[in-house]
Amino acid sequence: MSASLATARADFPALHQEINGNPLVFLDSAASAQQPRSVIDTVAHYQQADHANVHRGVHTLSHRATEAYEGARDRIQAFINAASRSEIVLTSGTTESVNLVAQSFCRSKISARDKILVTQLEHHSNFVPWQLVCEQTGAQLVVSPITDNGELDLDALQANMTDDVVLLAVGHVSNALGTINPLKKIIGWAKERDITVFVDGAQGVPHTSIDVQELGCDFYAFSGHKMFGPTGTGVLYGREALLEDMPPWQGGGDMILEVRLDGTVFNELPYKFEAGTPNISGVIGLGAAVDYLQAIGMDKVAAHEKELLAYLTSSLAAIEGIRLVGTAANKASVQSFMLDDIHPHDLGTILDHQGVAIRTGHHCAMPVMEHFGLPGTARASLGLYNNHDDVDRLVAAVEKARQVFA
Amino acid sequence: MSAATKMTTDELRELYRDLILDHAKAPRHFGKLEHTTHSAQGINPLCGDKLSLYLDIDSDGNIRDAAFEGSGCAISVASASLLTDTVIGLSTAAAEKTFADVTAQIAGQADDAVDLGKLHALEGVREFPARVKCATLAWHALHAAIQQQNTAASTE
Repeated sequence: MSASLATARADFPALHQEINGNPLVFLDSAASAQQPRSVIDTVAHYQQADHANVHRGVHTLSHRATEAYEGARDRIQAFINAASRSEIVLTSGTTESVNLVAQSFCRSKISARDKILVTQLEHHSNFVPWQLVCEQTGAQLVVSPITDNGELDLDALQANMTDDVVLLAVGHVSNALGTINPLKKIIGWAKERDITVFVDGAQGVPHTSIDVQELGCDFYAFSGHKMFGPTGTGVLYGREALLEDMPPWQGGGDMILEVRLDGTVFNELPYKFEAGTPNISGVIGLGAAVDYLQAIGMDKVAAHEKELLAYLTSSLAAIEGIRLVGTAANKASVQSFMLDDIHPHDLGTILDHQGVAIRTGHHCAMPVMEHFGLPGTARASLGLYNNHDDVDRLVAAVEKARQVFA
Repeated sequence: MSAATKMTTDELRELYRDLILDHAKAPRHFGKLEHTTHSAQGINPLCGDKLSLYLDIDSDGNIRDAAFEGSGCAISVASASLLTDTVIGLSTAAAEKTFADVTAQIAGQADDAVDLGKLHALEGVREFPARVKCATLAWHALHAAIQQQNTAASTE
């Protein structure tokens, strides 16, 4: 397919509408990104012409559905440069991917003597599943702190990598603050100490090219809907040797080779972890989203967003009464902020009234908000389709909010 | 979108009326009571707004005093502030009636014959469905407190 950054905005039908009488400005892609026409059409075509269950029938439709579904897995493998398609487990999203690793990898492996290390920068979905498995096993959850500009305290993180840490769970990019963590450095430290590394890449994949082999992480998880694909789709990349050793985490159809009255032989990778009929149409749509991103080029996306984020941040900073939350040196796509003493929800309503969609609240990252002593923030987040006009409209809408509350 | 449905600044001012902004910026009866007989928490899990409502109800079922504390948006804080202003001196039966009237009014199902006085300031929220729960949070806590459900009232 062909697609280009310069004309990308025209590819997204949802962006071309009015909200409350004003052209929509969509600055909430970190919560969920809009879908290009190619994804919408691919899903619609599948539903209209190719739908059947996968891996089951000998008939033509089942074959077509299986080809399209497995074809998406191959595209995803190439997109993140995994060594094998066996390493691409398709899930319902990042959240399921985290829970899978917590319950399958950790629960079978850890005891009360062990520790799981996370950071205060994490989204709840890279926090609560580890909390749960620690409660189940008696292991200790260690939370590594952040600094006042919203970066990981790397000295503390290194110090927290003790011999009894079994797994480190860390995000690639903070959803609340946009901080890009220095993954290669962190993974290097962890590997020196034999610590397994799980990376929550939900906010990384839509904004930068990923090479899991170069990163050297053990697991990398992400969601389809944050990368312009359908909701209810996600990926768990796991190193093959680790996945082979892990027990299944859900039982059901498709994850078995043979079921007898006295036991079951599990299917090979990656199907061992894919019980039940999967989200076939969603995954096929996710494959189309990967095609779209590859046609545009992730390096171009990253360069465009870097320039636009700098413009967003400087434009917001110039508004009287603005406090930027999250000022890390290396950031992607997100700027959180407060305006005077206006509660973020009030700001969100006033902006929506002018057609500007942002996220307000704790962004499923209450430990981050706790660090800053805030109940929540207003957050503008960028996707590849945003431009300078969007930022200018945001600034005008924020100025208007100051007038309403003056 | 037609001009008829285009939202105007007037609508925004309907939501953020002077009375609402005044109560949001300087909430009345904010804090704890010296003597609390009934209390409840209001929690909006969607946005994390959280407030505690305290009532001092005498043996005849009259509300002698009321106060609240917590954090939230302008709409939820102003609503709680207006609530405490309103219910002090009312019988619990009258306060329950006001709870029913206010929530009906915010839902757009109010009886026109009911005069809610300054509580009419809350009706602007009707045009903003995403904010209805902010306006009703404290009122659900009031209802829970009077019913002596000393657990958390939730908007969900």
